[in-house]
Amino acid sequence: MKRSLILDVSVRLLYPSIIVLSLYFLFSGHNQPGGGFVGGLAASAGISLRYVTSGVDAVRRSFRLEPWTILGLGLAIAVGTAIFPMLLGGDILEHGTLKLHPPLLHDVKVTSALAFDIGVYLVVIGLVLMIFEAFGDDREHEMEMIEAPTEPAMSIGEEYRPLSQHSPARFWLPDDEGAT
Amino acid sequence: MFVLLLIHLLIGTAILLTGDRFGRRAFAVAALAPLLTLGWAAAQWSGVVGDPNALDAEGHATPGTPVIESVGWIGGLDLDLVLRFDAFSLVMTLLVSGIGLLVCIYAIGYFAHIEPGQSRLAGLMTFFAAAMLGVVWADHLIALFIAWELTSITSYLLIGNDDRNPRARAAALQAIFITGAGGLALLLGLIIIGQSAGTYRLSEMIDSPPSGGAVAAGLICILLGAFTKSAQAPFGSWLPSAMVAPTPISAYLHSATMVKAGVYLVARLAPIVAATGQWRVLVLVVGSVTMIIGGLRAMRQRDLKLLLAYGTVSQLGFMMLLFGPGEYKIAQAGIVLLLAHGAFKATLFMLVGVIDHQVGTRHIRELHGFGAGWMPVKVMAVIGAASMAGLPPLLGFVAKEKALDTYVEYGDFAGANVTLIVIVVGSILTFAYSARFVLGVFGVHGQDDCEIRSRTAPAPAPVFVGPIVVLTVFTVVAGVFPALISNLTEAALLAIDPNSTPSPVKLWSGFNTAFMLSLLIIGVGTVLAVFRRRVAAVQTAASQPLRRLPSTDQAFGGTIRGIDAVARRVTRIVQNGSLPVYLLVIIGTAVLVPVVPMLGELDELPQFVENPLQIPIVAIIIGSALGAALVHRRIAAIVMLSAVGFAMAALYEAQGAPDLALTQFAIETLGTVLFVLVLRFLPTRFIDLAPAVIRPIRLLVSVLVGAAIFVFAIVSTNAREDVAEESISTEMVERSLPDGDGKNVVNVILVDFRGVDTMGEITVLVVAAVGAVALARGSRRPDEDETEPADLERTEETVA
Repeated sequence: MKRSLILDVSVRLLYPSIIVLSLYFLFSGHNQPGGGFVGGLAASAGISLRYVTSGVDAVRRSFRLEPWTILGLGLAIAVGTAIFPMLLGGDILEHGTLKLHPPLLHDVKVTSALAFDIGVYLVVIGLVLMIFEAFGDDREHEMEMIEAPTEPAMSIGEEYRPLSQHSPARFWLPDDEGAT
Repeated sequence: MFVLLLIHLLIGTAILLTGDRFGRRAFAVAALAPLLTLGWAAAQWSGVVGDPNALDAEGHATPGTPVIESVGWIGGLDLDLVLRFDAFSLVMTLLVSGIGLLVCIYAIGYFAHIEPGQSRLAGLMTFFAAAMLGVVWADHLIALFIAWELTSITSYLLIGNDDRNPRARAAALQAIFITGAGGLALLLGLIIIGQSAGTYRLSEMIDSPPSGGAVAAGLICILLGAFTKSAQAPFGSWLPSAMVAPTPISAYLHSATMVKAGVYLVARLAPIVAATGQWRVLVLVVGSVTMIIGGLRAMRQRDLKLLLAYGTVSQLGFMMLLFGPGEYKIAQAGIVLLLAHGAFKATLFMLVGVIDHQVGTRHIRELHGFGAGWMPVKVMAVIGAASMAGLPPLLGFVAKEKALDTYVEYGDFAGANVTLIVIVVGSILTFAYSARFVLGVFGVHGQDDCEIRSRTAPAPAPVFVGPIVVLTVFTVVAGVFPALISNLTEAALLAIDPNSTPSPVKLWSGFNTAFMLSLLIIGVGTVLAVFRRRVAAVQTAASQPLRRLPSTDQAFGGTIRGIDAVARRVTRIVQNGSLPVYLLVIIGTAVLVPVVPMLGELDELPQFVENPLQIPIVAIIIGSALGAALVHRRIAAIVMLSAVGFAMAALYEAQGAPDLALTQFAIETLGTVLFVLVLRFLPTRFIDLAPAVIRPIRLLVSVLVGAAIFVFAIVSTNAREDVAEESISTEMVERSLPDGDGKNVVNVILVDFRGVDTMGEITVLVVAAVGAVALARGSRRPDEDETEPADLERTEETVA
């Protein structure tokens, strides 16, 4: 695949900023526009930029955990936050607030809703990683890559080629072709 | 009682978890559960039975005090798990746990050379015992139903435990299909009865019997359940098929306990509802047919186990005739018969198991009498069969005498005389097949051309025969001294019907009509046994025209195949594999069902432009949407769609919802990337292969969808205008900071007010993600996976 230098460099610069922005969305979400869902989506947008420039391996490298681990962790955190108050005798998803006065920063108010939001954030990221894992693996389509080496990533599939029986494409093909 | 059930479940689970490690000792572990239950039941005995002969001030008999335990289960449905242990439950518990204990000990001998997977039977049997105790202890109809279904499921697992034997699998399926179908009818019936009685508690129903139009239908449903479970005609075909299971299982489930569940339910309900609807007619007709047909078929069997199975069917019909009419005098004979039948049928089954195990056959043509050391087996076979035939002084005779006597004395309902004749004829048949059993065991039916194996067969070990001795001793002792069980049966009768006045059980009640009938039965039965060849010839000749009719087995198979065929045909029409048709149906339903009623609500149109900024944005949206529908290249269509999405985000921003705009923006970015990801698997251009006729249809559907969304949007915006209360969003905005501790209302709603919704949504996301990966990866499984490991194992076995 031909890589565009400008795109490459700008993504390298943008990617950390986008992740920081997504974390900002996540943490400020309770009082300003944002939240776990938006934060997760922003991070996912950053991840997909990374995918567009450097492929699925770069995406894999930037996360130490497997996508399904992230997904499960997120769900576990969210459900845990929901159930924890029940163990203490409260209602499901009852939230508590903790006011901290750390040095250097002003008063910081932490609600347990943040933990729930972190869970949502991780689930969204995990979902996107899973999709890249499912459909974004270029090595599965090496044939196409070799045949069309000069094509940019956005236009693979310029010409329609019948895919092998074991490719995921059969789920999208009309029935008579997929059934072969 | 809950503790006992829990102990059963724990022991069962422990045995299942250890697998084959314990071998046949698993049955010794399993014996613990019935042992504890028996101990507990013995401790409750005097309290539960009370003194049935003592009368209270008004001259009524006084029933013992039942033990009641209750655990709240689903409060909203008024559904409590109520267990009630009265004297009738005690009788059933004696059968379930007493025979269960003996069968467990017997199984240690039976499975002397245990095969892999057979120790699982011990665990499943313990589960079954828990379910069966649940049936006989439950006071709440729904709890009873659940236990009832659990017995069907454990019975299925026990019959089909030898999962490599296709006959075992087929028999297991047949059993669960028939009893499961009956179970569905039963649930329906129990709900109808419970609703019309105003209570689901059996013990309260006697004071507030169900009334109303639906009751008759409900009772038919309940009887369907009871008939399938107790193998009554025409649903009895599963019971002989189930004989493919190992003999301890057949002795336990399919003669002594599970098949009596239907009889038990009829016994409990008959005093309440016998006079209602078609109950009595149905029970009497079905019970009579079952008793006669079961007896006739038992007389023709050459496999001793099948002979006993048909005998069980016949006896179950007999019990229906005793409990069904709801006459307490007759029902008491039924209670005695329950005990007698449990004892002699388990005895005989276990004896057949001994013969099968030691000789390697149970076919009467291959048995030629036994050598030394087999005397106990022969004696017990005679005693058991004599009790089944109703010979004095055994318990079977006591039960049959009581049945005949009470039918003669108290059978004053319609059809009682015919039923009495049926009982006499059925008893003659019972005598005949009992004789056939004994002659078979003694080798009279042995054929000379069969290999003679039985004479040299080793005599069984004591642990193998011990449990049978216990049951035989009970049959004899309780027969000679019926006073031993008299109190128990009287108290059990009071438990079924508190308004009854039970009478003592006697061995000898004088030269009355019943005794004459008994003599008639024994006389004619002996004649049938002596001229057995001629009788068999007559039976063959008589059944010749019937051979044209399908047997119940064939009828069952035909029904299953018919259902299969219909299902296949329906699937071919409904799931024809065309994605456009699926989409058309889904979209059409989504449009027509909710929107058509909404059209009536469409009265006034809202103000379309609230803000000049909206005009250019909406123009972009409309333009891009049209473009997306018209372009030929997929990538262009996706770009157009994204333009629609981003313009929507702008619209939200213009309306003053930055949070929503942000979300929409992020989603749209991601959506575009994911679209492109999938796009490379598809042709660049849209290729339209559909015939020209389809085009206008698609156009129509698209227009309809657009119109429907438009109507929906307008109606839902106006929906709150005619409601007096404030919109809920006002309250949410107000409570956001004090209750949710956040200024961003949207987020507070997401994580707090509607947090459970969010939790559900992210769960859906997780499932969708896992599904996407599974779909994508499942289709590119490497080729070597195609030979399944199971096949490899099987080839290895055949080689070995």
